[in-house]
Amino acid sequence: MILLELWWRFLLIGALAFGGGYAMLPVFERVMVIEQGWLSPTLFVDMIAISQMTPGPIAINAATFIGYQTTVDGGFLSGVLGSLVATLGVVLIPMILILLVASHKEGFERSQTFRKLIRSLRPVLLGLVGASLVSIGRVTLIDVTSVVLFGICVLLLLRFKWHPLMIIGLSGVLGFILF
Amino acid sequence: MSLMQLFLIYFRIGALTFGGGYAMIPVIERTLVDKTGWLSRSDFYDALIVCQSLPGVIAINFAVYLGYQMRGLKGALVSALGVALPSFLMIILFAAVLFDYVDHPAITRIFQGLRVSVVALIFSAAYRIYQQNQGKKPLITASVVLVLLFLGLHPLAVMIGFATLSVVWIRLTSEVSHDLT
Repeated sequence: MILLELWWRFLLIGALAFGGGYAMLPVFERVMVIEQGWLSPTLFVDMIAISQMTPGPIAINAATFIGYQTTVDGGFLSGVLGSLVATLGVVLIPMILILLVASHKEGFERSQTFRKLIRSLRPVLLGLVGASLVSIGRVTLIDVTSVVLFGICVLLLLRFKWHPLMIIGLSGVLGFILF
Repeated sequence: MSLMQLFLIYFRIGALTFGGGYAMIPVIERTLVDKTGWLSRSDFYDALIVCQSLPGVIAINFAVYLGYQMRGLKGALVSALGVALPSFLMIILFAAVLFDYVDHPAITRIFQGLRVSVVALIFSAAYRIYQQNQGKKPLITASVVLVLLFLGLHPLAVMIGFATLSVVWIRLTSEVSHDLT
């Protein structure tokens, strides 16, 4: 049953999604593209692009998108239901954990082990982002045009501090012209 | 503040912040600390540490944590709903419209460009984490990348494995100043 499967997969992802945002991408890719085959590698990148163009956290966007995409064969309402199930799945465990902590907050805010653990996980998070960079780059930067466009985007982002939305807009326009 | 006010504030934050959860943090700070004064700055930073430390979507974590402090369980649920609803609705709209036109040649070309910008955005995010981290423990970072790409280990397994080792290490070396390499 696809709804149950969606809910369960997203529950797992949410429960272990330390670091949030881009650090979650390898997990999404692994589960959605490689294990379940719910998205093709390029649709996966498209999904991230859409998440960037719309407001909100990437994980919510991704869960909604994948939930819709995997159940839309049954019609629009079935797609909406799939989105809802996936999104509720991804936020459930973190919400319960946060509520537990919020009701016992002093202990957590002072725990040294906890803080050290989080600090020690930073290089791992960077590794996760790096891995998704490589695997997404592999399916995306496939010719000279795309590599040059990539260089332009990085320069504008890091050197000229362009807002990500401007970068997305520009690359959409250039994509239409160049490809 | 009423539950409705709380919902509207988070709905606004959810609807107007592009670029993922991290982009929302300064907006939440401005709204709840500076504009409304509902929260002291030190409470805000305490919350930030907790929310970054737990798994999940940081914006949702924030909404739940602060919502609970302000209005209990109802406040938590209302805030979470507020912050998630805009992106949920936008994505459904997007997906519903997009799938009708996905094979149109113009859309295909636009998306080829957009995909490149995704790689650039992830690259700059990685660069920023690297800077923030001052390039510490590059071996751990490199081995995570290699293990994920070439050994095909599950990223969740890598994360759990490392966290376990790290807790053991911290316990063993607690009270003594140390550096994990």
